[in-house]
Amino acid sequence: MSVVFDILASAGLWAAILRIATPLIFGTLGALLCERAGVLNLGIEGIMTFGAMIGWLAVFHGADLWTGVLVAAISGALFGVLHSLLTVTLGLSQHVSGLGVTLFASSFSYYVFRLVVPVAGTPPTVMPFQPIDIPALSSLPFIGPAFFTQTAPTYLAIVVALIMAYIIFRTPVGLAIRMTGENPHAAEAQGVNPMKVRYGAVIVGSALMAVGGAFLTLSAFNSFFPTMVQGRGWICIALVVFASWRPGRALFGALLFAFFDAFQLRLQTVVEGVPYQIFLMTPYILSIFALALMARRARVPQALMQPYRRGER
Amino acid sequence: MRLERREHRPLLLLIGAPIAAIVAALALSGILIAIAGAPVFDAYRRILIGAFGSRLSATETLTRATPLILTGLAAAVAFRARLWNIGAEGQFYLGAIAVAAFGSKLLADLPGPILIPLLLVIGAIAGMALILVPLWLRLRFSVDEVVTSLLMNFIAVLFVSMLIDGVLKDPLAFGWPQSQPVADHATLPKLIARSRLHIGLAIAIVLAVVVYLVQSRTVFGLQSRAAGLNPQGALFMGVPLGRTLVKVACLSGGLAGLAGAIEVMGIKGYVTTDLSPGYGYAGIVVAMLANLNPIGVVLAALFTAIMFVGADGMSRSLGIPTYIADVTVALALLTMLVALFFTQFRIRR
Repeated sequence: MSVVFDILASAGLWAAILRIATPLIFGTLGALLCERAGVLNLGIEGIMTFGAMIGWLAVFHGADLWTGVLVAAISGALFGVLHSLLTVTLGLSQHVSGLGVTLFASSFSYYVFRLVVPVAGTPPTVMPFQPIDIPALSSLPFIGPAFFTQTAPTYLAIVVALIMAYIIFRTPVGLAIRMTGENPHAAEAQGVNPMKVRYGAVIVGSALMAVGGAFLTLSAFNSFFPTMVQGRGWICIALVVFASWRPGRALFGALLFAFFDAFQLRLQTVVEGVPYQIFLMTPYILSIFALALMARRARVPQALMQPYRRGER
Repeated sequence: MRLERREHRPLLLLIGAPIAAIVAALALSGILIAIAGAPVFDAYRRILIGAFGSRLSATETLTRATPLILTGLAAAVAFRARLWNIGAEGQFYLGAIAVAAFGSKLLADLPGPILIPLLLVIGAIAGMALILVPLWLRLRFSVDEVVTSLLMNFIAVLFVSMLIDGVLKDPLAFGWPQSQPVADHATLPKLIARSRLHIGLAIAIVLAVVVYLVQSRTVFGLQSRAAGLNPQGALFMGVPLGRTLVKVACLSGGLAGLAGAIEVMGIKGYVTTDLSPGYGYAGIVVAMLANLNPIGVVLAALFTAIMFVGADGMSRSLGIPTYIADVTVALALLTMLVALFFTQFRIRR
């Protein structure tokens, strides 16, 4: 028990939670936005990988860090255009298109990366985002190191979650998005163009996913390596269900998930005799539990995964 | 401009669409090869030579196609019933580790002619067991099986990693995490002497034909198709939906598990965590390229194997990253989706 208490009492744990949660917050919000408009975006895993690669590559070639993030966002938006073309314009299976986008985006990332950085002993690094020193707050005992030693993108993630909650529930744009996700025919009757709304949501959502990926290479680590996204995209898809498609709960879900992840990482170092693989499995097992727990209760957007074709039912 | 459903589909279009898709995918990757500064046609020529240029490379391509046929079939049977089994990678590993567990010690005293079929069945059962978890979650809690079966892949590989670092670890492997080898008499006979090509290829092709016959000639085949096309309608027609999905899942997971078992018994003899260079995921592409047709799966697996084996050789001589094979195959999936769409729809002004 005292082991558990020691872990909970360390500021490092709480700082790690916010750090681990950041890419998940971006990814979950991105997937959530797509799904609110009725499009499942399984391209997320590949889009995060590409965002991680291209953001890093831009900075490696001399761009400043925020330009790197912007480049990642633009690349994500382009993959969003691809996914929209397939699922919105053509109305193809969202499952298959999304998996196709993931396979393409991740293999394309590895291709570009290997082209620019031939096999080397240690991967080249960039200077990542540094923790921001917030006057007064950062120097508080415990609270400071626990909550106010993050890099800028982490704070941005939290702000984006709040903005998205506001847009979805409090603005006409949000209403149009929700209507399109629930009943595109009714939305069209109200003068909303469901195609445009879906395009917009998927493009912006995919850009957010890519920013989540870029956080990995520009803040959490300082280099890119294949398979570094490690299923985070799929975990985000699970978190969207856990969050019942609500941005506030998505933020909470990502933090809760990160808490368990940060906790198991520290537990690994103190508990002996348990194979480390058991600890590494926990995030995936937790995601499956979260899905089983929430799937029935969650309010799924009614038109999720249904292609919209004008004049067809 | 709008899209309109075609009333009939000309045969030429049905044959031409997949060919056009492959050509488009090759053209798009050609651009990437050109950007990398290599001659495009020369690169593709080298890919073909790399895949078929010698006896060694041709048998290697067929060896590589074997697991792809099986994982492709696994995806094809599942997708046909709209069971989104994306977990073939995990099922592959579980089939492999089950064979290593039973074939290295527990059953190693059995004579070869009994042991080999028994191990193949055990591998298939291990694959089935893994897919039943996401299926159960779908039927019991209505959880979308895409994400759960994907997440199970990570769990399965970690589980395998734990076993080959623990109880199944080979003490003679210089501390390297790999499983104990299966008994010598449990290895699959070779199809062609002095090559890696083993009888697994024949098994895979026979199974493709069997799956084709089951899907087109049996009640179960009809029921699984009905369950995919229109679940409500199928239920109304008296199709036992849950039971059909369980059968489909067992078939799909079994094929993927068998792929892992065959890979261990045919080539490596032991399990490591890099046994599969993504055969499970590539199986999804293979199935889609074949438009879920079991016979088409064999051809699509061959195309994929050509790209992968050929790209190895091309990469060495031209300095293009081998990932170009993955890119081409993924692009082929996307272009095939579009091509198949235009066999069903046309553009009207």
